[in-house]
Formats: sequence, C-alpha cells, structure tokens
Amino acid sequence: MRQFIIRRILYSIVTLLILSATIFLIVRLTGDPVALMAEASARPEDLDRIRHQWGLDRSWPVQYVTFMQNAFRGELGKSFNYRLPVSELYFQRLPNSLTLGLAATLISLLIGVPAGIISAVKVNTAWDSVAKGVALLGLSIPGFWLGLVLILVFSVWLRWLPTSGAGDWRHVIMPALALGWYFAASMLRLTRSSMLEVLGSEYIKLARLKGLPDVVVIALHAFKNALIPVFTLAGVNMVVMVNAAVIIEVIFAWPGIGRLLYEGIFQRDFPLVQGVVIMAGFMIVGINLVVDILYAFIDPRIRLTR
Amino acid sequence: MASIAAQTTVAPGRTGSRLRAVVKGAREAPLVAIVILGGLILVAVFADLIAPHDPTLPVKGTNIFDPPFWMEGGNATTPLGTDFLGRDILSRLIYGARVSLIVGLMGTLVAGSIGTALGIVSGYVGGWVDQIIMRVTDAWLALPAIVFAIFLAAMVGPSMWNIVVILGAVYWTRYARVIRGEVLTLREREFVKLAEIAGASRWRVIKRHILPNVMNTATVLASLTVGVVIIAEASLSFLGVGVPPPEPAWGLMLSEARPTLMAGQWWLTVFPGACILLIVLATQLFGDWLRVRLDPQLRNL
Repeated sequence: MRQFIIRRILYSIVTLLILSATIFLIVRLTGDPVALMAEASARPEDLDRIRHQWGLDRSWPVQYVTFMQNAFRGELGKSFNYRLPVSELYFQRLPNSLTLGLAATLISLLIGVPAGIISAVKVNTAWDSVAKGVALLGLSIPGFWLGLVLILVFSVWLRWLPTSGAGDWRHVIMPALALGWYFAASMLRLTRSSMLEVLGSEYIKLARLKGLPDVVVIALHAFKNALIPVFTLAGVNMVVMVNAAVIIEVIFAWPGIGRLLYEGIFQRDFPLVQGVVIMAGFMIVGINLVVDILYAFIDPRIRLTR
Repeated sequence: MASIAAQTTVAPGRTGSRLRAVVKGAREAPLVAIVILGGLILVAVFADLIAPHDPTLPVKGTNIFDPPFWMEGGNATTPLGTDFLGRDILSRLIYGARVSLIVGLMGTLVAGSIGTALGIVSGYVGGWVDQIIMRVTDAWLALPAIVFAIFLAAMVGPSMWNIVVILGAVYWTRYARVIRGEVLTLREREFVKLAEIAGASRWRVIKRHILPNVMNTATVLASLTVGVVIIAEASLSFLGVGVPPPEPAWGLMLSEARPTLMAGQWWLTVFPGACILLIVLATQLFGDWLRVRLDPQLRNL
C-alpha cells in the first residue's frame, strides 16, 4: 500500500514537471513578451533593461528552475499588465470559480443521477429512451450556445434573470446550467451503467429472493453502492469545471479564473496565462492522485495492478 | 495445390457473407444521422453553387440586421436575414459547414494519427519508451482539453489550419491510452508471436499484424471525436482565438451575434448554434452505431 502511494505520488510529480516544462517552452517559443510590453518608441537599451528587470535575459533552463522553485512556494510570477503577483490575482478570483463549479456540479447531479436511476430501473422502456436522448443532447449541445440561448429566453424575453456578473443566487443559475449541462450527460451515463451492474449482482438477487419490495431493494441496497463511482466522478468533474469554464465565464461576465485567463490572453500577459494554466494542471493532478489513493483503500485489487 | 483449391472454394462464401453483413448493416444504419451528415457534406462541397451570396460581402439592396423572411421586414433575397455588416446569414451558414467539417475531420485525423502511432509504439515496444509516452500522455491529460487548446491557440495565433493542428495536438491522448491497452493484449496473441518467431521485423509486425487489428477501435474513437473537435473549434472561434474574420465559421458568427443578443435579434444566435447542434448530434448518432457494429467492447466509452 505504501509502495503504491509513493509510486502514484512520483508519477504525479513527473506529470507536473512535464506539463509545466511544456507550457513554459510554448510561452517562450511563441514570441518575445518584452516587445509587447514596451512602447513602440522604446530604444534597444530600454528593452534590455526591461528584459533584465523581469529576469528574461537569463537562459531558459535557469528561468525554468527559478519559476518552478517559486511555484512550489506558491509564487507564480508577476503579471505584466496588473503589475501584481499572479497568485494574488488568482486567489482573488478562485472563490468565484469554486462557487460556479459547485453550483454546476449540483445541477449535473440533480439532472444526471435521477435520470440515470430511472433509466436503469426501467431499462429498455420509453423512460430509458428519453434518458438516452437527454444524454445525447448533453454531448451535442455546445455549452456556450446553451448559455446564449438561456440569456435570450430568461433575460431578454422573460426578464426573469440578470444577464451577467456575480451577485446573489440569481446570477449563478444560468452559467451553472450552461456549464453543468454537458457533465449531467456523463453523470447520467455513469449512474445508469453503475446501477445496471449493481442490480445484476448476487446480493441484489438475494435481497429480491428474500421478498423485499422493489423500493427497498433499489433505495437501500443498490443505490448506496452504485453511487460511489458517481460521486467520485462528480468530485473530479467539479475540479475540471472550476478550471474549464473559460467560455461560460466570458459569456456571463463571471469574475472567475477562466475570465482571468481570457483577459491574460488578450493583454498578452504571459506570466498570468502561464500561471493560471499551470494551476489548473496542479489542481487536476491533485484530485486524480486523491481519487487513486482513496480507491486503493476501498478496493485492494487496484493496488496490485500497474 | 490442395490449399489453393480450398481457398478458391472458401472465397465466394466469404464474399457472400460479407455482402450479407453489409446489407444487414445498411438496414440497421442510423438513417437520420446519415441524411444529416450526407446533406451537410454535400452543402459544404458545393457551397459555391448553393450559396445565394458571397459570405464575406454585404448584400446590395438589403439593410443590416434584416430578420428572416417570415418576420416583418424580412425579404426573400436574404431568407435567414443579415448580420451586422449586412451579409447574408444563409450563405455564411452554408460556407460555415465547410469550415466545421474540414476542421472536424482533419483535426480528428491529426489526433487519430498521432494517438494511434504513439499508442502502438508504446504498447508494442514497451519498456522505457512506453514509460515516456505514457507520462507525456498523463501530462497532456492533466489540463482540461479546452483550456489547453485556448492556451495553444492564443500562443500560436489564429488561422484555420493552426486550429486543425492544435486540436489534433490536444485530442490524441485518448487514442494513445485505448490503443496501447489493445496492443498490450495483441502482443501476446499467437499470430503476433508466430510472426516474430518467423523473423518478421518489428516494423513489419506493426504494419501487417498490429495496425489492422486496432483500426476498428481507432475508427470508433474517431467517429466520437469529430463532434468534440467541431465544438472545440466553435469555442475557439467564439473566443476570438480560432478561425479569424471575415471567414464564415459558426463559432465566429455566434461571437459576432453577441452584442445583438440583448436587442432580441435572436436569429443571429439561434441559427449558427442549431447548425453546430445538428452536425454534432449526427456524428454522435453515427458514432454510436459504428461502435456497436465494429467494437462491442467499447460500448461503455
């Protein structure tokens, strides 16, 4: 067990090193940030001064090592545009993204889990077909377009909800629905297959043989076990949603980290872009590590493979 | 001689059963998906002939923001209305199908080629090569695909072919994982072992024995990736890091429609999105059918 955990942690560190080196290289291969920062009339010696000031005159390996050292201390460099530490900007925006991610996770669970259970219990009936249709639409409707249509219907035509910004709960509904919609489909599919697997297992058959009513079998026996993978996926999805909501945050002017990334891209603010992207990698590698270790505790067979 | 005779007697039976399988498959084929996809491909190929106007120039004799023909103020010259420059929406949608299909198919082809090649090498060669490829795959998977794509697109700069390469470079990971797993079991199969014992080179084993056996899986994965790539392209174009204006890409049309959404000019937002929905829905339906036909093991993907 300990060996398994150590190996997983080592893998995660290697993953992060490769990822950060890739991002670091791409940023530096695609243009000179100094030329963008300085005014057009700047003299060559001014450019050199700026380059020195931001530490861009050192060799790439030196820059990378310094960058990683700082990153592990929680320092992600300084934003060109805001002239503030990237970590400060990042943690200012992070709570908003967490709120949105949490709301979207709740919506995806509220749609996906009940629909998945109904579809598994009433397998191969009209209910099942409806659920399959919902899952298909979840994958086919682009989330950002759903967001635009929601704005059109609920803000422009019905005037029920505010179009953009952050404030009370009414601001969260539409972005959370647009973001969670796609993930609801994956929740639905997983709940359905997981329920089907459990319902076909021996202990459920035994419970049925004992003469327990269907409701009890489904609600007390099957439900609990079938939902372990579903909630795991919900947790992983939440971390993904916190980081991947760029377009939704742009559409709804939601002040989260996705919008921060978008602003950074258009202001050519490389340290900011680099910082936000690397933080996303850290978070996702982290949650995957946690899930792997938790599963190894729950299911000893996992420890033996790989 | 005997073996040749046996072969010739077997051959017609084989073609017969194959023909029957094709007929049976055609009967179960998802007609809706094939009609939508076939129609869109025809529209994309013959866009020059079908489109009533130039998609990048304003139509003479019309105003900006003309509504569709059935609404008050609409006209028959621009049946689905005009945009903020007075360009014909219908023509832009028709040419947009071309952009979506090219990026969707080419992006998938790039992703599939990279992923299948790496998956085969990783699974067949094994050892430290496998370790390196799999760690890189992990690193690629550590970022949400769309964030990685936005990041790359922002760094490289907007153009349609850049987007094809970027989306290929982002979406190859799933192929590498799945194909590697399949190669690991193929490697232990007798026909591969026998080929190796018979002295076939690694390259020959890969080309003659491994590749044909993973093609089904790669095809199924490809059919399910096309829709994802099309949505990703639309997302990048919407954010302004994808296909640059004045190109008629659906995602770009949605982005240009944003300022007018508040004014209730719904047709500018609804039509391009509906086109994306339609094309992705059709590829998904087609992919599901293909998956059941070619590779029952992948049903849970």
